[in-house]
Amino acid sequence: MGSGFFAGKFIAACMDAGTSSFADLVAECAPELLPGAGAPAAALLGGAPGSPGAPGAAGEGAVPQLRHGTTIVAARFADGVIMAGDRRSTAGNMIAQRDIEKVFRSDDFSAVGIAGVAGIGLELVRLFQLELEHYEKLEGRTLSLEGKANRLSAFVRGNMAAAMQGLVVVPLFAGWDEDAARGRIFSYDVAGGRYEERPYSAIGSGSLFAKGSLKKLYTEGLSDRDMVLACMQALYDAADDDSATGGPDLARQIYPVVAMITADGFRRLSDAEAGEYARAVVEERTREPSGPVAPLAGPPGQGG
Amino acid sequence: MPFYVSPEQAMKDKADYARKGIARGRSGVVIQYDGGILFVAPNPSSALHKISEIYDRIAFAAVGRYNEFENLRKAGVRYADYTGYQYDRSDVTARGLANWYAQILGQFFTESNKPFEVELVVAEVGESPVSDQIYRITFDGSVAEEHGFVAMGGQADQVAAVLKDHYADGLPLVRALGAAIAGLAGQGNGDGAELGAGQLEVGILARDRAHRTFRRLTGARLELLLAEAAAGESAASGTPPAPAAGGAEPQPGEAASPDDGVTP
Repeated sequence: MGSGFFAGKFIAACMDAGTSSFADLVAECAPELLPGAGAPAAALLGGAPGSPGAPGAAGEGAVPQLRHGTTIVAARFADGVIMAGDRRSTAGNMIAQRDIEKVFRSDDFSAVGIAGVAGIGLELVRLFQLELEHYEKLEGRTLSLEGKANRLSAFVRGNMAAAMQGLVVVPLFAGWDEDAARGRIFSYDVAGGRYEERPYSAIGSGSLFAKGSLKKLYTEGLSDRDMVLACMQALYDAADDDSATGGPDLARQIYPVVAMITADGFRRLSDAEAGEYARAVVEERTREPSGPVAPLAGPPGQGG
Repeated sequence: MPFYVSPEQAMKDKADYARKGIARGRSGVVIQYDGGILFVAPNPSSALHKISEIYDRIAFAAVGRYNEFENLRKAGVRYADYTGYQYDRSDVTARGLANWYAQILGQFFTESNKPFEVELVVAEVGESPVSDQIYRITFDGSVAEEHGFVAMGGQADQVAAVLKDHYADGLPLVRALGAAIAGLAGQGNGDGAELGAGQLEVGILARDRAHRTFRRLTGARLELLLAEAAAGESAASGTPPAPAAGGAEPQPGEAASPDDGVTP
């Protein structure tokens, strides 16, 4: 049966598509459904404050009414990898949502977190989850972790045109590599470049503060509990200095989303568990507002 | 086509051709049990499947020409994932999929020189047994809604007759499996090789699983279930279980390779 046989592009695509990629199927049948499709032409963005007539590269000033989010951290530990993200999304100076989730299970052994324009980011996650599931159903096997990271790279690259007009979305990807028997973290840039990160990484407007915090708190061989605590501390520090990152909301019981991926698979900490860590951090900060103090390394015989 | 052939004759020839192709393979069974829907098919291959997951609560089973139903399976997965993406996961239904398959098979039957030699079953597990749905789609695009159990393929009538005696609503999994095995053993000359875990492909749609409900039953778990099922069947019928008849000669249509167009 030739590809011209079936009436209707969709049926023909379903019967003859030579690919196991869901994104390619959507691109063939309905490209307008892809994230970032329908980004406005550059001319329409002219006149934004601070960048008259020109599409902004950083973007946040060009389309202030879109929701943005914020700080995601990922850290490797002995048995796998943790990813945690805050719950705030902002639109300009307003808090658009207090409990948005930005860390997602992409499949049984991996997670993806997004920073940037929330609308496009959430669609990207949805498409990525489907891409992995679709491949697994068609082929009868799961992709390797590198394969998954590669596909995500292609999606980010697909959003590049929109990103150049200010609709930036950048993911952070982490998972358990069965073959290597360890957790791995991948970060991306808007061009779709993929970078393996060791031993931790962060993305979003608060990422610099989070990374600075993890720099002092992180050590190899922390237990899973201690690593979750370290990530909570990092997110707290990010929220302390970045208005677009939200800290734990004890009153409303809204805590960072914390996901742990080990050889046993993806597990998201329940609200009760995340709350336990969040409260521990907040209590400690009540005594020590800037968090745990790292010992100075002095000349031998002094300090420590 | 050289001279004039009447449309009735052309359709009849196509239908006969398709039926013969499907009849060459061995039957499969789809049967409801209290916890969901069970799929059982004779299949010596562990890599080439007749029973597959389509979506969260939807599975697919087929008999006939392997490369054709494998293509239809993939098309079904694409349809389901695309529909779920365009709308929502809960908007993907077996009914929609069955109608879609009917459209494809019907169009192909009418317009192509060679029809699909396949028979499909699409099933969806509901929140309760009452909301389970099973659809059978034949090579010419006819859809039928089925209840309780379906026998597909060449000796479907023989298999269905045996199933009817064993089936009841709300059977536990072990009893449903026993019924399916009894039905499948009723094919051919009646005492074919004992169907062990290595010759069977078994899958379930388990009502209470979250998200993706389809599971394959293989290995030790399947062997245990088969043993329990056999014990249950012999207790029910009052006769001791038959010893494994490893020396039975191969049945017609039991080609090991799918390449000659016959089901594995």
